[in-house]
Amino acid sequence: MSDISKDIYVYIEQRDCQIEKGSIELIGEAKKLAKELDYKVVGVIIGNGVSKVANEVIEYGADEVIVIDAPVFENYTTEPYTKAMVYVINERHPDIILVSASSLGRDLAPRISARVHTGLTADCTQLEIDPEKKILLMTRPAFGGNIMATIICENNRPQIATVRGGVMQALDKDPARTGVITNMDTGVTEADLNVEVLEVIKSVRDKVDISAAEIIVSGGRGVGSTEGFKLLEDVANILGGVVAGSRGAVDEGWVSKPQQVGQTGTTVRPKLYIACGISGAIQHIAGMEGSEYIIAINKDPGAEIFKYANVGIVGDVKKVLPLLAKELEACK
Amino acid sequence: MNIIVCVKQVPDTTEVKLDPVTGTLIREGVPTIMNPDDKAALELALQLKDNNGATVTVVTMGPPQAEKVLREALGMGADEAYLMTDRAFAGADTWATSKTIAAFLKTLQYDLIICGRQAIDGDTAQVGPQICEHLGIPQVSYCEEVKMEDGAIIAKRQFEDRHHIIKMKTPCALTALSECIEPRYMNVGKIVDAYEKEIKVIGFDALGLERDEIGLKGSPTKVKKSGSKGVIPKGEKMEVEPAEAATIITEYLHKNHII
Repeated sequence: MSDISKDIYVYIEQRDCQIEKGSIELIGEAKKLAKELDYKVVGVIIGNGVSKVANEVIEYGADEVIVIDAPVFENYTTEPYTKAMVYVINERHPDIILVSASSLGRDLAPRISARVHTGLTADCTQLEIDPEKKILLMTRPAFGGNIMATIICENNRPQIATVRGGVMQALDKDPARTGVITNMDTGVTEADLNVEVLEVIKSVRDKVDISAAEIIVSGGRGVGSTEGFKLLEDVANILGGVVAGSRGAVDEGWVSKPQQVGQTGTTVRPKLYIACGISGAIQHIAGMEGSEYIIAINKDPGAEIFKYANVGIVGDVKKVLPLLAKELEACK
Repeated sequence: MNIIVCVKQVPDTTEVKLDPVTGTLIREGVPTIMNPDDKAALELALQLKDNNGATVTVVTMGPPQAEKVLREALGMGADEAYLMTDRAFAGADTWATSKTIAAFLKTLQYDLIICGRQAIDGDTAQVGPQICEHLGIPQVSYCEEVKMEDGAIIAKRQFEDRHHIIKMKTPCALTALSECIEPRYMNVGKIVDAYEKEIKVIGFDALGLERDEIGLKGSPTKVKKSGSKGVIPKGEKMEVEPAEAATIITEYLHKNHII
């Protein structure tokens, strides 16, 4: 079957015809994988009125974008979107499909995989191509991030993975990129709407988007108070970064839930992560260990966080941070 | 109304620790619990039972000792319990697991099926929607609240930036979020009953499936390798005065072109 299966397809998630950041990251990752297989990257965007953003999918790196634009796709509901994706699969025989591990992607992808009888790997944080078998190696955390497992889907196609947001590298938007825009009629009609969306209640998305930050100054219980977090803010402001926190700091009410880094919060991979008074619980490590540089400041020399830090300072955050702010200011 | 709740027994992953020397998982002595999202699923079912009247049936698939979570479910107020256990089910990925569970659910009468969104050991969130696909019924996943209105299910569904209020005709299914649903405790009066109640055991022969479509053999995905992430070799820690610490950090950032 793999002789007819080719190319990497990326499901392009959108909200109100705005392409989601996670999907843009997936185009970037798909480009990397496609190079090794000499494949094309094809975006698939479904919605009502999405034709107007189709070209953006090309600008972010896709070779082709399939546009499935009809009023029946106004709001995401499982059946019409599943049916449309299955239509694409039957028409095109993708070798690989990538979907964001969002609350939408994790509803849609299982349904597709069950319908076309293929494997699905959830919430991957690393994708590679096996150099010999040319199959997708899908690595994901399990057991609360304690175990990393590499999953393969050898005999069924397409190989489908949902991929965690904030982990893969997006390409910069480039208006000079060209590609094919294909409008597709998948035959999905109102009759396929087996649930009814009565109401859409929009809420404000996390104000501080820590997943996009290049520099994060993060605090844990060891920071001690809201006043302590002011010190973190000062350093973050000088560095042009943002403040985040561990679960402990969120539980104490020193930082908001959207600022939480870790297993039950957000996964971040900034250029610099400064961990202040964070002991380094495994759930926290899972959410930040992809950071390029990690600096840890903690009073406890036995803190786990030091094992992951490029620079580890055994010391009091409240004493070190004000002096650090001064030095950094002087460097500007 | 007949409601089926699918539950899973899981190790309490918050209690899982890594061996600091070998970097491997210490599984010994880790307690097992009812998966939190599944407990939320049961709570939603029991709320519907309280408000509208319903028979709540819990189903689990796992080793014989998974009976424990069924007893707990009965203690919380479920009416009936089934334990799906057979060596033929072992080693299944989410596709084969959902196929197996769906084959059994087909033999029951149901209006609504509620699963937890995801289990804390595997974290896939796939089995619920895949069961629905095998059964050919609509689903609303990431459900925070549910009510019945004129015989239809009204569910509040969470997305990152919005909620949908969705209406579904039965038979249909939900997956529940523990972060928004507080489960009740076991009822003291029901605990005794829970331990006396019969738990029906379902094996491979009851399902009418072929051996090669479930378990390890029927799984499209395989684990190629797994292991703990181990400890990344990084810089040493330094015990220095605060002023020196500030200088060390600043110089490090400078050296690496971060500032």
